[in-house]
Amino acid sequence: MSWRKIFAQGATVLALGLLDALGIWAFSSLLLRGEYWMAAGLSVALGLINWIYLSKRTYPLKYLIPGLLFLTLFVLYPVGYNIYIAFTNYGTGHILSKEQAIAQFESKFYLPPDTETFRYSVFQREGGTEFVFLFYPEDGPVLFARKGEVTPVDPGDQDFLDEDSDGVIDGVQGYRRLALPELVRNLSTLQAMAFPLGEKILRMTSLQEFSAYEHRYRYDPEADALVDLLSGTVYRPVEGFFTSPEGEILLPGFTIVVGWRNFFALVTNPQISGPFFRVFAWTFAYAFFSVLLTFALGLFLAYHLNNPYLRLRRAYRMLLIVPYAIPAFISVLMWRGFFNTEVGVFNQILYSLFGVKIPWLQDPFWAKVALLLNNLWLGFPYMMIISLGALQSIPEELHEAAQIDGASAWQRFWRITFPLLLVSLAPLLIGSFAFNFNNFTNIYLLTEGRPPIPGALTPAGSTDILISYTYRLAFEGQRGNQYGLASAVSILIFLIIGTISWINFRFTRALEEVSENV
Amino acid sequence: MYRRPTLVGAIVRHLILWIAIVFALFPVVWILSASFNPTNTLVGQRLIPRNPSVGHYQELFTNPQHPFPIWIANSVKVSGLTALFTTTLTALGAYAFSRFRFRGRRTGLMALLLVQMFPQMLAMVALYILLLRLGGFIPAIGLNTHTGLILVYLGGALGFNTWLMKGYFDTIPRSLEESAMIDGATRFQAFTRIILPLARPILAVVFILQFIATYSDYLLASVLLTGVQRYTLAVGLRLFITGQYTTRWGMFAAASIVGALPIVLIFYLLQNQLISGLTRGAVKG
Repeated sequence: MSWRKIFAQGATVLALGLLDALGIWAFSSLLLRGEYWMAAGLSVALGLINWIYLSKRTYPLKYLIPGLLFLTLFVLYPVGYNIYIAFTNYGTGHILSKEQAIAQFESKFYLPPDTETFRYSVFQREGGTEFVFLFYPEDGPVLFARKGEVTPVDPGDQDFLDEDSDGVIDGVQGYRRLALPELVRNLSTLQAMAFPLGEKILRMTSLQEFSAYEHRYRYDPEADALVDLLSGTVYRPVEGFFTSPEGEILLPGFTIVVGWRNFFALVTNPQISGPFFRVFAWTFAYAFFSVLLTFALGLFLAYHLNNPYLRLRRAYRMLLIVPYAIPAFISVLMWRGFFNTEVGVFNQILYSLFGVKIPWLQDPFWAKVALLLNNLWLGFPYMMIISLGALQSIPEELHEAAQIDGASAWQRFWRITFPLLLVSLAPLLIGSFAFNFNNFTNIYLLTEGRPPIPGALTPAGSTDILISYTYRLAFEGQRGNQYGLASAVSILIFLIIGTISWINFRFTRALEEVSENV
Repeated sequence: MYRRPTLVGAIVRHLILWIAIVFALFPVVWILSASFNPTNTLVGQRLIPRNPSVGHYQELFTNPQHPFPIWIANSVKVSGLTALFTTTLTALGAYAFSRFRFRGRRTGLMALLLVQMFPQMLAMVALYILLLRLGGFIPAIGLNTHTGLILVYLGGALGFNTWLMKGYFDTIPRSLEESAMIDGATRFQAFTRIILPLARPILAVVFILQFIATYSDYLLASVLLTGVQRYTLAVGLRLFITGQYTTRWGMFAAASIVGALPIVLIFYLLQNQLISGLTRGAVKG
């Protein structure tokens, strides 16, 4: 074995060792937090990696595994999780799991009207910061409390002192009693302190006394019900909320699986489905017109730029692809300024020429026109570039033959050039359709989906497309974040995009066969 | 298909193209002039400002109200690292698909195409929750961290890029590596010392395409970054115009010019490579 191979293997072992050490640290930290599924996933992944890098039979995987790891963790897992969320009511008010919600209710306390109260003294160790207490019940022994622990005081214990010799313990060896001014200075800290006393907890209720608080709720696992110990009301889980027989709900709610309800809501709930279908229709219209307009202009320019008798062709091409070189998030924001009704350049020109001001971003119709106009500017250079490429591949002889047969230039373009162009460009046009279907940047940065559709239960705007609608459902709703519904919409988008891509794939192969016969 | 034009025909043709050029260039020219216009508003904007000044550019880099230099640095950092790691991961993956014959190879390649059909941004809710939970025990990769954002971007590293690079690797003769291995190189050394230097053009194309794509991403960055200091340019730039657009117009214009500069430069320097990369299927607009 050469020294190179030894070195390479040493490096592998060293890297694996480091990775394993990190992995084991993360594994134990996951276990401590009770994230058992994540811990299991991590240990499986670690095992696989070790096997792959130590075994001889898995050589190709050594190259693939780094990329696959990211693919699994940040594409496949989120996709799977997304599908799961689509079938739940996850969102504002339903963030916690049922166990977490129960734990939160069980940690709530209330003060019963006839509760036991305790006079107290508070002490601090000389030089220390911790507070300890002596509590005086109405009957029974004095209680000593430190660090969340309460113990009865044995009168014979030498550590406890009876400083004024009245038979009641009132001092602790080595501790200094806090005088009233000091007590007041630390009031907020002291008020936050709580000591368990059997089923109850002790908390400060006034400067003079502590009181015993009682648990407000108790969860009964057998009946699957939450009992309000103050009023005696029994709350049962309904639709992700603990609900009383009278229909009163307790907050916070919890996440439950709701089956297909999110999908049904999109179709059947009139306040959701009405706006949703408008968004749905506009998404198709937007993608279709975007492709149509950009392709028409791009092809028109490419046809002229392809003319060998045209001077300055290269310079013209350089200037015409400027929009393509600027990141869309910048140019769309620029256009948003141009469309400003009061001070935007378009309305300034229109006003000085015709005396009209168009409500570009306030009116649903004009907002759509603005989006298409903006997208025409963004998209035509791409169409021009691909059309130029396709035009050069069309054989000249076909035109000469047609010309001899007496076809006009117009006829030659529509009967020969255009059909042949479509053969090579159709897949790219379908791809462009799919891209515009999800063109979030254009919509969100220009109009934010606005103006809003009146009466909509979800944040739906006249210019929202499905992807911006999803974004706003998840992160911008006035009624909170509806992650479940948003995920359902994203699955619908995936089905549509998947279908388009599939058609594209089939279409491309069909066209390849056509072009072989040309 | 073209005939020598008449004089009138030629003039009409140039006229049409010039109209198109005006359409293509006016927003850029307008922004350029607004960025030098000291009035900081849109009202009465002229093509050539009356008292041109570079005040907006100076303010952009000095006004503590918006951490613009930090946004640019964040964008360059996130895009640069994402592009670097994407190129690395893709090169490794593409090499395996190009050089080895193993079970599941064809399936793997098809699966990569299939996965690409589900754009990562559709899973934004799940990614948000994933980072939220990861951040609970490893704060360094949680929400509002650049590491977390970069890791998410790397999820999409394999895929179309792998196909592009695999095609290039396929054109490099295997005999080159074989002779290196006879001389005592390990397989991995043959890959790094022989193949990677030869594949430099495609590595550059993948790097740049990924850099531009990451630099331009608004959606994921806006979902996963929540603090102004952590924003990338795409997320931060929007702050200039929400609310008081009219008063910040000049600042925004200057920010646009500075922000677009890196991409425009890359684009024009590498126009030809990029266009050939595009005609192979990458889509914009």
